[in-house]
Amino acid sequence: MPPRSCLPPSRPPSGGRRLRRALALLACLVAPAVAAQLPPYVIEDGGIAAPLAAPGDAARGRALLAARDPANCILCHAAPGVRFAGDLAPPLDGVGARLTPAQLRLRLVDSSRINPATIMPAYYRTEGLTEVAAAWRGRTVLTAAQIEDLVVYLSTLR
Amino acid sequence: MVRGVGALLLGLACVAVPAQERSLPAGALRSGSTYLSPELRAMQEDGFANPGMLWVEKGAKLWGVRAGADGRSCADCHGDARASMRGVAARYPAFDRAANRLLDLEGRINQCRAERQRAAPFAFESEELLGLTAHVASQSRGLPLKVAVDGPAAPHFARGRMLFERRIGQMNLACLHCHEWNAGRRLLAETISQGHPNAYPIYRLEWQSAGSLQRRLRACYSGVRAELPAYNSADLLDLSLFLAWRAEGLAIETPGVRR
Ligand code: HEC
Ligand code: HEC
Repeated sequence: MPPRSCLPPSRPPSGGRRLRRALALLACLVAPAVAAQLPPYVIEDGGIAAPLAAPGDAARGRALLAARDPANCILCHAAPGVRFAGDLAPPLDGVGARLTPAQLRLRLVDSSRINPATIMPAYYRTEGLTEVAAAWRGRTVLTAAQIEDLVVYLSTLR
Repeated sequence: MVRGVGALLLGLACVAVPAQERSLPAGALRSGSTYLSPELRAMQEDGFANPGMLWVEKGAKLWGVRAGADGRSCADCHGDARASMRGVAARYPAFDRAANRLLDLEGRINQCRAERQRAAPFAFESEELLGLTAHVASQSRGLPLKVAVDGPAAPHFARGRMLFERRIGQMNLACLHCHEWNAGRRLLAETISQGHPNAYPIYRLEWQSAGSLQRRLRACYSGVRAELPAYNSADLLDLSLFLAWRAEGLAIETPGVRR
């Protein structure tokens, strides 16, 4: 079990927390390399069946979807009840009827596993990325708990 | 030395492959201003309403100011910019054989400053450098972009294309994904253009200031949460050269106005 502070936080550190984070990071660097890896997951039938964390919360998921930081899904996706959204991606209305929770989970974790040419960022992946800004290097965009919140909320969109 | 050999090999490779296929043929090119709201477009086109003209005017004043150890002004060497600078911006970035490197218009102006005026170069994004660049570039308004990408520029061009097409940052996106696959679509509230450099320096409302192409490119890097390349780095210059080639034939519109 890696120390908690090695798990990727959802946003870069700011202000007075920097020093503590830096010290924690140092502890991670000297810890075994495995500490930096994300918990493994299994892809089956185009989805990830096993939750990555405790059951999510639909209200938190809804707030995340529209929040500028850290998820910012509406940069690309229209969604029910959202007034301003981009149109680079399919609207999320009815997505809970089209996809199972397992399929939703994989799309959030790493859409490139389904479509290698996708423009949708991987929200729970740290490997195979190039020139990531230092503030986000080695961190996932969302935490496992946030992925679960989104899965629960998206499943309600029928 | 090692770098020289690498560049040479890269140069030879470029001669061998047809590096110049265009994904945006001339007929499909659209200037960034065609994606603006009618209000912003009108603001850009109206010389009095366009805030970028303030920088052009600052530059026009500086053109005649003597500076440096040699006490010379731009005008002392180049005369009337309306004649001597017409068409210059359309050829930049350009490889400079004497300096043995790629220079964008800002880089060229600073080189004149250092070597011909023997004055301290202007800082990136300073009022002076933006002003002189806007002044010089605006002399080419209406002329089509046409940069050289052969000879010593070839390896820079090839690298620029590679940088345009590779995925970067935590968002794992390439320039291509937004500016070729999704031009005309909206990223939240912003309409994505084809990403052309033909109106720079621009006045951007969000900045409440004029800004260079390099500043805009850094904003795109930051948007995908990628490491920011330094001003005047090889990455930004090589990308600028590729962008200018990709926009070949588009008329220069400096100073542009953007959201
Ligand atoms: C940069 C653009 C972009 C962002 C940001 C983005 N997506 Fe996507 N998303 C896409 C595209 C494009 C697709 C279509 C499938 C593909 O091309 O991979 C997609 C597909 C999906 C699908 C499957 C939709 C269907 O009908 O099959 C879901 C669910 C989804 N996204 C959810 C999200 C959530 C939740 C977020 C934020 C945490 C998000 N997306 C952020 C671009 C994006
Ligand atoms: C996630 C989407 C996205 C990515 C990736 C992206 N950009 Fe942009 N870019 C934008 C948006 C949005 C704008 C502002 C609207 C516009 O002018 O296109 C912009 C503006 C520009 C402009 C200014 C165009 C003008 O007319 O003023 C240039 C040039 C440009 N980008 C080049 C690049 C390059 C080079 C890269 C890769 C290093 C890149 N962009 C990556 C979204 C993106």
